[in-house]
This record gives sequence, structure tokens and C-alpha cells, in this order.
Amino acid sequence: MNSLNRRRFLQAGATLAGGLALGVSLRGRTEDKSGSVGAPAGPHLAYLVRIEPDGRVIIGAPNPEMGQGVKTSLPMIIAEELDVNWDDVLVEQMPLGIKRDSEGNLSWLHVGQGAGGSTSVSEGWQPLREAGATARQLLLQAAADSWGVPIDSLSTERGTIVHSASGRRAGYGEFAAAASALPLPETPPTLKSSADFNIIGQPKPVVDALDIVTGKAEYGIDAALPGQVYASIERCPYRDGSVVSYDDKAARKVPGVIAIVPIEGPAPDEYFTVLAAGIAVVADSTWAALQGRAALKIEWDPGPHSKESTASLREQMVAAMRQPGQVVLDDGDVDAAWANAADQFEAEYFVPYVSHAPMETQCCVVHVREDGADVVAPTQSPSGASRIVNRLTGLDRLSINVHMTRLGGGFGRRLTVDYVAEATLVSMAVKRPVKLQWTREDDLQHDFYRPCGLHRLRASLDEQGAPTGWRHQLASPSKYYRRPNVKPEDMWKPELYTDDPPRRLLENVQRQYYSMASGVPRGSWRAPAHYANAFAVQSFIDELAHRHGHDPLEYQLALLGEPRELPYENHGGPVFDPGRLAGVLKLVAAKADWGEQLPASRGRGIAGHFTFGGYAAYVVDVTVDAGELRIDRVVGAIDCGLAVNPNHVIAQMESGVHDGISTALRLEITLEGGRIQQDNFHNYRMASMRDAPRVVETHIVDSPHPPSGVGEPPISPLAPALTNAIFAATGQRIRELPIADQLKG
Amino acid sequence: MTTFTLNGESFDFDGPDDTPLLWVLRDHAGLTGTKFGCGAGICGACNVHIDGRTRRACITPVSAVAGRTITTIEGLGAQQLHPVQQAWIEEDVSQCGYCQAGQIMNAAEWLERVPEPTDEDIERYQTALCRCGTYARIRKAIFRAAEIRRQGAVAVVEPEDPEAAS
Repeated sequence: MNSLNRRRFLQAGATLAGGLALGVSLRGRTEDKSGSVGAPAGPHLAYLVRIEPDGRVIIGAPNPEMGQGVKTSLPMIIAEELDVNWDDVLVEQMPLGIKRDSEGNLSWLHVGQGAGGSTSVSEGWQPLREAGATARQLLLQAAADSWGVPIDSLSTERGTIVHSASGRRAGYGEFAAAASALPLPETPPTLKSSADFNIIGQPKPVVDALDIVTGKAEYGIDAALPGQVYASIERCPYRDGSVVSYDDKAARKVPGVIAIVPIEGPAPDEYFTVLAAGIAVVADSTWAALQGRAALKIEWDPGPHSKESTASLREQMVAAMRQPGQVVLDDGDVDAAWANAADQFEAEYFVPYVSHAPMETQCCVVHVREDGADVVAPTQSPSGASRIVNRLTGLDRLSINVHMTRLGGGFGRRLTVDYVAEATLVSMAVKRPVKLQWTREDDLQHDFYRPCGLHRLRASLDEQGAPTGWRHQLASPSKYYRRPNVKPEDMWKPELYTDDPPRRLLENVQRQYYSMASGVPRGSWRAPAHYANAFAVQSFIDELAHRHGHDPLEYQLALLGEPRELPYENHGGPVFDPGRLAGVLKLVAAKADWGEQLPASRGRGIAGHFTFGGYAAYVVDVTVDAGELRIDRVVGAIDCGLAVNPNHVIAQMESGVHDGISTALRLEITLEGGRIQQDNFHNYRMASMRDAPRVVETHIVDSPHPPSGVGEPPISPLAPALTNAIFAATGQRIRELPIADQLKG
Repeated sequence: MTTFTLNGESFDFDGPDDTPLLWVLRDHAGLTGTKFGCGAGICGACNVHIDGRTRRACITPVSAVAGRTITTIEGLGAQQLHPVQQAWIEEDVSQCGYCQAGQIMNAAEWLERVPEPTDEDIERYQTALCRCGTYARIRKAIFRAAEIRRQGAVAVVEPEDPEAAS
């Protein structure tokens, strides 16, 4: 979203308490006459750095925290350059900050504030360091002025300014007020050498750890606005269906029920504001709303997709793939590669629709007033929340306050703000703050699901079994479905990444796409298409290796070749270095005793993948005994550049392991008669402690590169490492997810 | 009217008998540490202790707890952190953190009965679901909590108060 060379600038100003506040904008300096929202007010902090006269250091966490650790890691980056004791820093979640210039253009007030694509750390790295360093510089200047000494005779020691010639020392707080009145430095101050880091690179715990374990941490479900009422919505179970009629007499008799509010569904083929038509029940408690909802009688028009089923969609994929697809990449000449091949191999892989299923179901509080609106939401896209409220109410964007709680999981589900739209519509109808609560059934039945897809891979091989040509065909319902301004011929773009390996590793590479019709809403699910593509590609490489008796690791290393920077124009570029992918594969192999002989029924599999700038690999050990799968051990390695908080890099790898296992083992969303068949955790069975490997190890590559994100790279290689291990143990190749009961023969 | 003991104090609920304890705690008692996850007694995000045993508050009608003693996450370590809470901090278990109150209530109860847990015990009794995948650290934290219990050593950690800090 932000180009690397975009001019950054820093802005300073006084906080309400007279201290120093400092923010960063990535959009260029503008005359800020036209106003902003999200600047310091009330108990919330809007600026990234605040130093109060009493010496307190408060650092704003700009981006949504959903477990990926950015509420800890982003403030760490600022604190490093500010030179303060990390243990003395108070971290506060910032609200959405946006501003409008005199020409009416809206931009971020500070930094971009979404959470998606594993970009928070990589995009924040430079500007947040500059923010911390600039704050320190201003404090030094204020001290120099006050003490009448040259600024270069001063240094800092963790929150204290030191004049070593005289031995004079004073805390930052003494100069906070004076520093806030100083002009900004013309150029950003010199940043620390990485050798001098004492916060970055150190393992730090979650800043909210104590609040979480004592039940005090605030999530969306815990948010409250004075005078709020509670809403629950019965939604049409058919995609694009509608309400024919409803009878709310019984619902209105439920004690506590205040109002019934019909919600109009999305128009077919228009992008989603809300996900489905429905009837909202508004009450004085959650339970009364749920009881009122249960008493509704609604007749649905099932709409245009009521015949869709998982089987029918699969049949359409198979039928489509009998014909050539849309060629989206055509390097070299694959037809010549087939013609000249000593051997050829083709295999198909399938991944199902899956749901995000964050532990916290969708919820939020919205109050639409005459002159503005308040939104408190667990969202990955606070600006999206602001936009949808603006679109539905017509309120000025600068009058819409968006506060972020912690998210009880995101995984991409909360990049969409349909639940904010629903609460907004209900608040407009009842003219009160509305707290909307989804049930688990709502959440599993109404999601922007990860697309399913049928992948067909074909390779031509030379006499030794090395690949000479490669074709990847994919039939899937694209997640770009119904998005505005997307041409039909661009539907492939979020599903097949053209620059993924083996592009530029092999001369002849072709990719084809088949855009499938489905009424199921689709969206971004952790690592989006990388999960499916890594499963297909890393399984296929394992198959090719075994076909000619090669060791899968050696076979893949030969394919990757020497370290070098290859262009990579998809998200996560601008370069892909196959040497770094080889590096994590070799590291994980060494740590997991790759090549060791294992007893019968045990197997070891390996896989690696490049996702959004990060390189991750796993070796998975399994035992398969009479069709019973046990995952004994997972050893992982990641090269994410400099690991800002190694503790959370490891945590994200552990998350990738368990989320990867969970999704590979049993998770799928299926349709019959246009309805989603899964409705709670009894039939959408996530991994439990019983499925968790007893040994999980993570190794971080000591890397000279700047940091990449770590939220998504860890998940994609897990499933193929697992299924490759199953093949090693049993000789059975799993080409279809979930594994479910395929091993029971 | 349903009366029960909630974190050591008497609590009266004047609402429908079939109201799940979860919503009584959250909407009426103002105790939001107990979370909604599935509403079907599966995931354990709503785990509380009823007369000392782990129960799913989302499927427990309030009428069933009349006269009984309820402990929630807020009450577990009210005086000083419970060994399980302490271990959860030491192992830095939490990612999104949403399920962790339920996980902690789950572990705190069965560790009383199984003070020297094995891997098999953890897999059998720690049934609460975690979507982020913190199971590796939950496992470590349970072993650590058992160790803390045996040593009887729990550090007193004062709650953070941003306004009071200096």
C-alpha cells in the first residue's frame, strides 16, 4: 500500500497535559486546517509517543492486535530509538486516526492502521524508528537549550538525559513540555546501529499478559457504551436470499425485547455491505435478544443459489478443467517441454472452503448520533469501519470515532466490516448505542470463506527426474467475487501468484486459471492463496522426488539452486531469494535429523514456502497406526529478516503449526441445497489439545535482512509437510484436504 | 430471583430462570472475563467453577446455580495470582488471548485433582479450544503451574494501573 520511497514526515504537538506527542504520517505533509479524527482525547491516546511532565512514557500501538503481537512489537521499535527502559513503557491502543487536507483529501493521521498481509512490522519499521529517534532528538535539544550546552555534548541513558562533562542528569519528563514547542528537525536523526539495539531483538512478553490472565483485557464483546441495547440478527441461510414475510408477534412478547429491525440483504452481484438479509431483535440484554430472535417466524426466498452444493461445484471444476484455462503466465514453452520430456507426471490436489472461526464471534458497539458516530469494534480494518458508517449514514468521516479493542482472533475475517454495517443500521433505526452479538452458528454460516480450489500440476522431467517444465492449473471461485472494479479476466490475481516458485527456477512455467461461479461469499483467510498453493506445490515436489527415488530435501534444494535475488512482483516482494528458502529447509532438516531411518508406521515430511516476504519450513514427524494419525513432533524454521520480538516470532510459528494442523485435519465448509452444513464446533472440529504435537520446536534464522511480517508465513508449509510425512509413513498420498478419515481406508 | 455466591459475595439475579449463567455474569454482574465462544458447551471459553468444578457457563441456566458457589477468572486470583495464572504469564501463553480465561479455569480445577500431570493428563483434561494454536505453551504452562503449586511459591504481582504508575 505504501511505496518504499514515499516521503515520510514527522509531526509534533502538545498533548493535553502539556507533554510531547509525536506522530508519523506516510502521506506527505499537509496543512491540517481541515481537521482530523483520532487525535488525543479522553482516556485514549492518538499519538505514537507521549511523554508526560511526570516522566511517564506512553507509546501508542497503532495497529489492531489479534494475537499476532503487534501491540508489543511496534511500540518496541519506537522505544528502542527513543531510548527508554522497556519495562517503564505504558502501551495504549490508538484509535483510528485520519485527517483531511484543504483540498479534501483524506489520509492517515499517523500511520496506516490495518492488519492484513503481514505488513505491520515491515511497513512500520522505518517510520516508527524515525518517530522514536525524533522524539529523543527533541528532548535532547530542549535539554541543551535549558542547560546552555551544545546538543552534541549530551547523550541519553534509558529515559535520562546525561551531560557527561558536568555529570548533570535529568529524566525525559523534565523537558517534555519544552520539547513539544520545538520545531521538528529538518532531517530524521541518525538511527541506531543494530549492534546497539537493546529492546529490538530481545524476547518480550505480550504487553497485555496480566490483563488477559486476570480477565481484564478488553475485547469487542466486552465493549460498552452508555445506554446501549443488545441486538441479535436472524439471517437468511441462503446466499442472496431475502425475507418474504415475517411474524414478530411472539418475539415482541419476550420480556426485554425493545424493537424489531429488518435488515435488507445485499443486492445480487453487488459487493457486500451486510452479508445477508435478516431480522434484528433489539433487547435490554443479550439473552432477551436471543430469545426474541428464537421466537421469530420468517419465510425466506432462497434466492438464486439454492441449488448449489459442494458436489455440484466440484463437478463444474472438473468439467471446466477438461478445456484449456485462462493463461496467466507463460514462460518459455511448456508444450516443447512436454514433447522433449523423458518422463511426465500430473497430479490433482483439492482444498475445501474453510471458515475463519475466530474464538470471538463477530460483535461491536455502534452509536449513530445526529452529529457523528462512535464505533467500538474488534476490526482488522478500522478505516473500513469508518467508511461503511459514512456510507450508510452520510456522516462526515471526521465525525466518526473508531476505537479498537483487542480482537479475539482475526485470521482475515475482520478485514470485512459487515458486522459494523449491521450494528450501524440497527443503531440508525433505534437511535441508541447498539451492541451486536453474533452466535457461533451465525459466524460459521455467514463468513467470507476461504475459496476452495482444484489444482492440477504437471511436470516434464529429464532422465534423472529433474523438472524441465511445469504447469499449474487452478479452478476456484475467486475471492475477488463481487468486488467493485474487478474485471472478469482479473479474477485469478488473488488465487495464483505468478512470481511464486518455480517461476524463474525453471525455463518453462505456465499457469492457467478457471474462474468458477459460486454464491458463497469469499474473502481473505490467513496467508490467502498461499495455503492452497503451498499444499499443491510442496506435495507435488515431494511426489516428483519420490517418483525417481530422490531425497525430497535434496530434490527441492537442487530446484532452488544458489542464493540470488529474483524479481517478485506479488505481495511480499520486491524480491524472492531461493537461497533463503533453501536456508530454512536446510536448517529445519538439520535440527530434525532429516534422513534418519525411522521404524515402520512412522514417517517424516518436509516442506517450505515463501509468504509475504518471510520464508518458513517444517519437518513433521507422524505415526500412523491402523489408520490413526498422531503428529509426534514439528520442527520449524523461519527467516523473517531481523526478528523484532523473537518471542512472538516463535509464537507465530507455533500458531502456524497448530492452525495448519487444525485446518489440514478436519476443517471444511460444505454446502447442500444452498445451505452451509456446518453450524458449530461439533461439526466444524478445530484441533484440540489431543491433536497437538507434544514436541514443537522453532528455529529463527539469524538474518541481516530488514524485518518481514510473521503472522502469515508460518502457516502455509505445515499441511504439505504433514501429508508428505503421512506418505513417508504409509505410502498413501493425501491429495485432498481435509485429511479427515482418508487414512482409515 | 436467583441467589448465589459469586467470587465470594452474594449475588441476586432478578431475571428469567433459563438465562445462561454466562450472560448473567457478562450483562448483569459486569464480569466480562468469562467469554462467549460457541453457546453449546463445546469450546470452553466460558469455563467457570461451580462448587469447585469446571462448568460451561454458556449452557448452565442460572436457576441451576441457586445457592451454589461460582468462581470466575476475576475471582480466581483476586488476592494473589493463582499458580496457573502465574505460569501463563511466565510461559507467555497468550496470543489473541480470548480463550485463555477458559483455559486457565480449566487447568486450575483439574490440577487440584492431578497435581503431577503427564502429557496424557493434559490431553485428556485440557479440553478448551484455542483457535490461535497456543497449545504448545499451554502444555508448558500446565507443567510449570504444577511445579509452582508444589513449591508453594507464587509471586505477588500488583495489577498495572497506568494512572498510578510513575
